[in-house]
Amino acid sequence: MHYHSEALIKDLSLKAQTFRIEVLRMVNRAQTGHIGGAFSAAEIMAALYFHHLRIDPDNPTWEDRDRLLFSKGHACAMLYTCMAHRGYFPVEELATFRQIDSRLQGHPDRMKLPGVEVCAGPLGHGVAIGVGMALAQKSRMAGVKPSAMSAPSGRASIGRTYVVLGDGEINAGVVWEGAMAAAKFKLGNLVAILDYNGIQQTGASADVMPTEPIVDKWEAFGWHVQEIDGHNMAEILNALDRADEVHARPSIIVARTTKGKGVSFMEYDNRWHGMPPDRQQFEAALAELEEGVRSWLN
Amino acid sequence: MAELINMRKAYGNALIALGRANLDVVVLSADVSNSDHSAMFEEVFPDRFFNVGIAEQSLVDVAVGLAYSGKIAFANTFAFLFATRALEMVRTHLCYGEANVKLMAAYAGLSDSFDGPTHHAITDVAIMRALPRMCVVIPADGIAIDGLLPQVAAWPGPVYFRLNRNEVPVIYDAAFTPTIGKAHVVREGDDVTIISNGIMLARSLAAAEELHARGLEARVLDMHTVKPLDREAVLDAARQTGAIVTAEEHSVVGGLGSAVAEVTGEDLPVPVVRVGIADRFAETGPYALLLDRYGMAIEDVVAGAERAIAAKRRVFV
Repeated sequence: MHYHSEALIKDLSLKAQTFRIEVLRMVNRAQTGHIGGAFSAAEIMAALYFHHLRIDPDNPTWEDRDRLLFSKGHACAMLYTCMAHRGYFPVEELATFRQIDSRLQGHPDRMKLPGVEVCAGPLGHGVAIGVGMALAQKSRMAGVKPSAMSAPSGRASIGRTYVVLGDGEINAGVVWEGAMAAAKFKLGNLVAILDYNGIQQTGASADVMPTEPIVDKWEAFGWHVQEIDGHNMAEILNALDRADEVHARPSIIVARTTKGKGVSFMEYDNRWHGMPPDRQQFEAALAELEEGVRSWLN
Repeated sequence: MAELINMRKAYGNALIALGRANLDVVVLSADVSNSDHSAMFEEVFPDRFFNVGIAEQSLVDVAVGLAYSGKIAFANTFAFLFATRALEMVRTHLCYGEANVKLMAAYAGLSDSFDGPTHHAITDVAIMRALPRMCVVIPADGIAIDGLLPQVAAWPGPVYFRLNRNEVPVIYDAAFTPTIGKAHVVREGDDVTIISNGIMLARSLAAAEELHARGLEARVLDMHTVKPLDREAVLDAARQTGAIVTAEEHSVVGGLGSAVAEVTGEDLPVPVVRVGIADRFAETGPYALLLDRYGMAIEDVVAGAERAIAAKRRVFV
C-alpha cells in the first residue's frame, strides 16, 4: 500500500469538488454541454492533473511528458477546467466554452488548444491511439530494439500514456481492437482509467449495452485490472501508483463512479448526460456543490 | 508489348529505401502485409513494423498515436478498408487532428479483380478528396512510386497513396521524378486533352495512339495528384485544346473527372467527358477484362475523346 498524506487527499478532493462547480458554471453559461460524465470523472481528473501526471503546462509539447488521452471527449468541460487550473491557459477563458472563436471547442481540438493530446468526441479512439503513443515511447526508451518492447518501463525519463474512458464508450469495437493490440505489444507503459458511471445517453449502461463482468473482460484481454471507488481519492492515487508498477502488460483501473456525482437530482439520471440546467436547477445544483466544498473544508 | 512492372514489389522496395533514409518511418499493416508487400519492410526493419491484426480502425488509430509522437506512420491495408471501414478515424484524426499518417491504399480500383466487388475500391478517391487537408496521390508505374514515396513521407500531413495490385506497363524513364501537386504532360497534342492517372495512364497513351491514327492529336496528362489538383494544368488544357476527357479507374462520381470538371466549370467551361465506372459495382474476373467491361477500355477513352472534340465543335462554331 502506498502512502498519500491526508493533506494531499483532502486537497485533491477539494479541487475535484470545486471543478464540478466550474463545469456547472461553464455549461450553464453556454446552455450547452455535458455535465453528468464530467462530474463522474472529477476525482480521476484532479488526481491525474494535480498529482500523478508528469507534465509541464509551459511546455505542452515536451517530448518526455506523460500523455493524457481524454477519450470521453463529450465530458471535456472537466478536461478544460483541469487544464486551466493547472496553468495551460487562463481560467477566465473557460467562459468561452462552446462559443465561436473559442479554443474550447464543443469537443477537444488538439490543434486549437495546446496540451490537448487528441481530438475526441467520436467515442472509442483513446485506447488504440494510446497504443501508438505507448509504442513510440517504448521505442524511444529502447532504441528501437524489439527485445526491449517488453522491458520494464519505469518512470525514469520516458513519459507514459494514460487514457480516460467512459463506460458507454467501450460499446465501440475499436476499443477492444486497441485492447488486444496493447496486450500483444506488452505495453506496460499504457494505463487506462475507466470512468464506469453506469449511465449513458439513453439509459443505464446495463440496459443499453451490458458490459459486465467488466473486470473479467479486461483480464481476459490480457490487462492488469484494478477495481476501485472512483470518487475515493486515496484509492485513485494508490491505483495509479500500482498501475505504474505493472510491467509487460497494459493496466486498467475500473473506477466505479456516479454519473452526475455531487448533485442529488443529477445523479443516476441519464437526462443529465447532455442537458444544461435552467436557472432554478443551476441554483439548486450550485448550492449542493458548495455544500460539498464546505464539507471538505471542515 | 510494353515492359511490365509489379507494383507491389516496386512499392515494397521503395518503402525499404525510405526506411533506410528516414529513421522516423514506421510501418503498420492489418495482417495483409504479404498482400500489400509491407512485409518486405518488416524483413529489413522488424523493430519498426507493427501488425495490429485484422483491425483496420485500430490500424489507423495506432498509426495516429505514433504520428502524434513524431513518427511518420505508413499504414497499409486494402484501399476500400481505409475509405470505408476506417473512414471516421481518417477524418477525425488525420484530417481534423492533422496526424501525419500516410495511408498506403493497396489493391485499389479493380486491381484485386478476382476477389470481387467486396474488395474493389471504386469510390475511395471521391471519399478521400472530399476530406479537408487530405492529399490524394495515384502513381502510374513503379518509377512514379519510387519518385513519389519520399515526397509522400515529406508531405506535411496525411496522404492517401493509391496503389495497384498488379503488373502495369512501365511509362517513365528511371530518371524521371514526378512532383506531388504538379501534373505531367506525357504526350503533347492540340485537339483534346486526356487527363488520367494510375493504370489508366497507359491506356490513355494507347488511346492517344489510336486517335493519332484517326488524325486527332491528344495531349495526355498524368494527374497523379488528385488533391491538391493542379488547376493550372487543367486550365491550360482547357484553353489550349478546348476539350477534355478524363480517364480513371474509379466511379465517374466524385473522382478525377469530377475534380477536373469542378475547375473547368467554374473558370473555363469546355466539354469534359468522364471515362470510368458508371456508378455501379463491377464483378469478379481477370483484371484487364474487367477494365474493358466496366467502361475503361482503350476504346472508351478514344470514344470519350471524340465525343469531347465533337462537343467542342458544337460549342465553339
